[in-house]
Amino acid sequence: MEFLRPASWQEALAAKAEHPAAVPIAGGTDVMVEINFDHRRPAYLMDLNRVTELQEWEIGADTVRLGASVPYTKIMEHLRTELPGLALASHTVASPQIRNRGGVGGNLGTASPAGDAHPALLAGGGQVEAASVRGTRMIPLDDFYLGVKRNALEPDELIRAVHLRKASGPQQFSKVGTRNAMVIAVCAFGIALHPDTRTVRTGIGSAAPTPIRARTAEEFLTAALDEAGLWDSRGPVPPSVAGQFADLVAGAANPIDDVRGTASYRRHALGVMARRTLGWTWQEYRDAN
Amino acid sequence: MADQPRTAPARPGTSAAAPGRIPTSLTQGTGSATTKGGIGESTLRPDGILKVTGEFAYSSDLWHEDMLWGYTLRSTVAHARILSIDTGEALATSGVYAVLTYDDLPTEVKNYGLEIRDTPVLAHGKVRHHGEPVALVAADHPETARRAAAKIRVEYEELPVVTDEASATAPDAILVHEGRDDHHSGHVPHPNVVHRQPIVRGDADAAAARADVVVRGDYVFGMQDQAFLGPESGLAVPAEDGGVDLYVATQWLHSDLRQIAPVLGLPESKVRMTLSGVGGAFGGREDLSMQIHGCLLALRTGKPVKIVYNRFESFFGHVHRHPARLRYEHGATRDGKLTHVRCRIVLDGGAYASASPAVVGNAASLSIGPYVVDDVDIEALALYTNNPPCGAMRGFGAVQACFAYEAQMDKVAAELDLDPVEFRQRNAMEQGTIMPTGQPVDSPAPVAELLRRVKAMPLPPEQQWRTTEGADVRALPGGLSNTTHGEGVVRGVGYAVGIKNVGFSEGFDDYSTARVRIEVINGEPVATVHTAMAEVGQGGVTVHAQIARSELGVTQVTIQPADTRVGSAGSTSASRQTYMTGGAVKNTCEAVREKVLDLGRRRFGTYHPAWATAELLLEGGRVVTDGGEALADIADVLGDESVDLELEFRHRPTQAFDLRTGQGNGHVQYSFAAHRAVVEVDTELGLVKVVELACAQDVGKALNPLSVVGQIQGGTTQGLGVAVMEEIVVDPKTAKVRNPSFTDYLIPTILDTPTIPVDVLELADEHAPYGLRGVGEAPTLSSTPAVLAAIRQATGLELNRTPVRPEHLTGA
Amino acid sequence: MRVTMTVNGRPQEADDVWEGESLLYVLRERMGLPGSKNACEQGECGSCTVRLDGVPVCSCLVAAGQAQDREVTTVEGLSGEDGELCTVQQAFVDAGAVQCGFCTPGLLVAADELLERNPEPTDGDIREALSGNLCRCTGYEKILDAVRLAAARTGQAV
Repeated sequence: MEFLRPASWQEALAAKAEHPAAVPIAGGTDVMVEINFDHRRPAYLMDLNRVTELQEWEIGADTVRLGASVPYTKIMEHLRTELPGLALASHTVASPQIRNRGGVGGNLGTASPAGDAHPALLAGGGQVEAASVRGTRMIPLDDFYLGVKRNALEPDELIRAVHLRKASGPQQFSKVGTRNAMVIAVCAFGIALHPDTRTVRTGIGSAAPTPIRARTAEEFLTAALDEAGLWDSRGPVPPSVAGQFADLVAGAANPIDDVRGTASYRRHALGVMARRTLGWTWQEYRDAN
Repeated sequence: MADQPRTAPARPGTSAAAPGRIPTSLTQGTGSATTKGGIGESTLRPDGILKVTGEFAYSSDLWHEDMLWGYTLRSTVAHARILSIDTGEALATSGVYAVLTYDDLPTEVKNYGLEIRDTPVLAHGKVRHHGEPVALVAADHPETARRAAAKIRVEYEELPVVTDEASATAPDAILVHEGRDDHHSGHVPHPNVVHRQPIVRGDADAAAARADVVVRGDYVFGMQDQAFLGPESGLAVPAEDGGVDLYVATQWLHSDLRQIAPVLGLPESKVRMTLSGVGGAFGGREDLSMQIHGCLLALRTGKPVKIVYNRFESFFGHVHRHPARLRYEHGATRDGKLTHVRCRIVLDGGAYASASPAVVGNAASLSIGPYVVDDVDIEALALYTNNPPCGAMRGFGAVQACFAYEAQMDKVAAELDLDPVEFRQRNAMEQGTIMPTGQPVDSPAPVAELLRRVKAMPLPPEQQWRTTEGADVRALPGGLSNTTHGEGVVRGVGYAVGIKNVGFSEGFDDYSTARVRIEVINGEPVATVHTAMAEVGQGGVTVHAQIARSELGVTQVTIQPADTRVGSAGSTSASRQTYMTGGAVKNTCEAVREKVLDLGRRRFGTYHPAWATAELLLEGGRVVTDGGEALADIADVLGDESVDLELEFRHRPTQAFDLRTGQGNGHVQYSFAAHRAVVEVDTELGLVKVVELACAQDVGKALNPLSVVGQIQGGTTQGLGVAVMEEIVVDPKTAKVRNPSFTDYLIPTILDTPTIPVDVLELADEHAPYGLRGVGEAPTLSSTPAVLAAIRQATGLELNRTPVRPEHLTGA
Repeated sequence: MRVTMTVNGRPQEADDVWEGESLLYVLRERMGLPGSKNACEQGECGSCTVRLDGVPVCSCLVAAGQAQDREVTTVEGLSGEDGELCTVQQAFVDAGAVQCGFCTPGLLVAADELLERNPEPTDGDIREALSGNLCRCTGYEKILDAVRLAAARTGQAV
């Protein structure tokens, strides 16, 4: 095993180009467990901690450019207004120690369906800034997750940042685990109201081979809110609408039975979380008037 | 060279002659001029400062110049014939010093075991469970050892697995151990039954005819892991005399020694064991783990060998709590008196016997709980299967039974429309009650009083999660995961009480040994206490110092490291160490005191008549009369002499249970605790927040009140864990463990654990030292059923299984 | 490879480090600082908690090479030069928060950082800050007592 220590982003990209098998390590949450337990012996380990710009974020007019290694703790502390859903999700990531080191780049790089950031990222919407010595490209989050622990990165690419839409409305995140802290999701759900476009977006974690959006549910709710004029009236969402939204979210999932939970429970829980988080976000939207 | 890890250089400040970090003696004064530091005081741990500075040497911290790292290759399948093992490539790896298999074992003794010697040191021809040790590697770096082990080629031919009672006891079932020839094989109904214990007393059929209500239930208890935090580890150092020095974390040095020495072909005198720091035990260190393996590698290579399991391996490195299936029938009359109990308890012992026979005896004899029932028909048995081996864990057979009989008690109370606490109190055992085994309870049994006390504690306020800024999710079901802001949340309250035996039962010659010396150092009398007691965190060392101060009137006490140079202390288990090794220290101190007084009489007897006539004590560094008159300083009495004695201490003898009727005075003492659980359940998502777990326990005499409360809170929390989250999941088709990690075997965090108010009752047992009662296990029993009862009350569900998972509460 | 860092204020160096070694391993096995504990090595117990440039992290999840040139504080660095216990260490001893003690070093580092950040934590704050540190012996009640005691003593001292 060889340890690569690029001192700059350009050096990192050059190293990745030279050694496409190099495994990038930042927060270490996934990579070190695999090494400690003998699941992985990469030929090259590439430390990204020295590339300081990965730990920085920039707040623009419509988006936040969030460095791949900005620790979850910083997201919770500094980006609660711009990225409320992701801030809530960040708070549920593992333990305080891990939140101090892990960032969104790790969740995206690993692309596990159980990564806590994914549902919030999908609901908020945005793009992954992938870079290589060949250049930089923007990959929409919707196209990023390809399969179980597979993503759209090319072997020579690294994640520089994610560009996330600043919240124009309330967002929520909720995750079921069988412990009250430090737990991997049995399943998770993110929702974002986008009053600027009068749309609703969602994200589902741990209930399909990849993180997914519940698109039919989104379309149904977007249409229902529109038809009833609720964006303007800020009236309550009828229980029947919330119920159908919940059912559609549950139906969007494609979960399995595993040691953490059953498929049928996952569907059920997604429905409950969808109804509740819709309730919380919509109430916040109404209260904001 | 990057792929070739090399051994670590010598640590600064360590010598080649001895391990770099070895257990040291602990010297402690009283800590304050105003206290005596004796029994009944909450003195502080003598090892506390070492533990908060990071200097305390746990078994995984040991280090020796030139040491190698040992690694264990384990089976990847549960049941298979081993067709071949090829170690050639592993041995050829640079940095590898030895690779051992069954064929390298040096003597004819190739198995070990606590009671039945059925466990191979290394697999011989067959593996019987997932994760069984097959080969050993010693190398100069752990990664080198792992890489070499990966090159060992083992060819398996898989065999069918037996995983439950039906498959294990079918007439044509494959036998886990062919040709069994142990002391239980003659009386069991099937060779895949390790041991079976019926208990029959009175006439259950006739009593059932008198019952106004009869309640039946089937219950399932999942496999719990001890999950001690300090992984199995130790250091074996070969000695010039051909023997070996072994530093290890264990619960019982002498039991280990008895199993290790014959396999090595060494006399016990040449296997010198010292207890290193132990990171928790809870029963999981009663069986051997790396002990023999480390010694074999050290003797083969002539170098010190350290073995440290990681968390994955730890799940395979020790036995677990027996999962159980329990069937109960309770009858009662309209006026709320139990008529009879019938029960059948099937424990899954897994592939090797470990402590299964004793667990069966406990489960059977304590199966009806702390209640008066004259007519019982009880059967408990443990199976051999290809599941992971199960053995000792805190509560030892009584835990599984308590979960079931307390669920039954609630069901009967509901049938009778009685308050569950009132119903329990009407049937509560007292001093003089006859156990199902025919044994009278001959010390206080305040079962009704403990229930009264937990019920009388004020209930925690409703909806403590409500704050002025909205809901505090940390106080709600789901916690930080933000699943509810109060929606679907229902409160429930439940009660339970349990009974646990203290000490080793069924005729076992249970004893402990203490060596105590008193001498003058710098003009002050100092006591030194040397035992082989395994301090696993419980605070035995604290109590020994307290006893020495109380009995010998000294301030300074030195606790020697536990090792095999002194006689056996027995196991740190069965809630027995304060009773047994505490008793041994007391006993030896009393004999030392008599010698000191004899010395005093010889030296100073002529100066004061009280030397001959009065009852004399040692107090505050002096010899005093029972009237309080000081006769001499202990330092003057001793002068240059020291008194040094090593004595054994035994509890009252017990009897085996009759194999047919279960009758016999099998137990020496009982311990009782009651819990009240208050939970809030998110009934839609099936998530549970335990809001409070109040406990009342009789401890006879609290030698150290702070430690007693700590034990009760810790035991309570382990019971909470198995109520709502902890379970080793074994695939029923393959018998492989599905969650051997702290990612998927969850134990409670600080956000899962509620406030645990504790009410300690002290009703002396006149048969026990200071009247004390073992403390450690009882709180683990009633905690689980109390939480389950509270969840049942909140949800209205039957819940016959623990742990409760969200899908059980939502029906999804 | 060679790794150098500052540990508890002193420069430390280790040679022949295998690239897959964690900071935890290097501290424990190469630098003679085994106070940080190896309970799970998967970031699920907090017993290996150290401060890396002041921030509490699981040292089992830091590759040794990532600690190059950085500042590490371990449990061994909490007490004063004269061996005097820091407030949190003393409180853990006094409150009975130590049983087997294997979780203690990680809890001490985490609790010390909490009180530095938040000198008057609520019980909820303490529970949240320590939710990444498992203890199997105590049921956490005495640990809460210890942190409350340390906070009170710190408050009295200023």
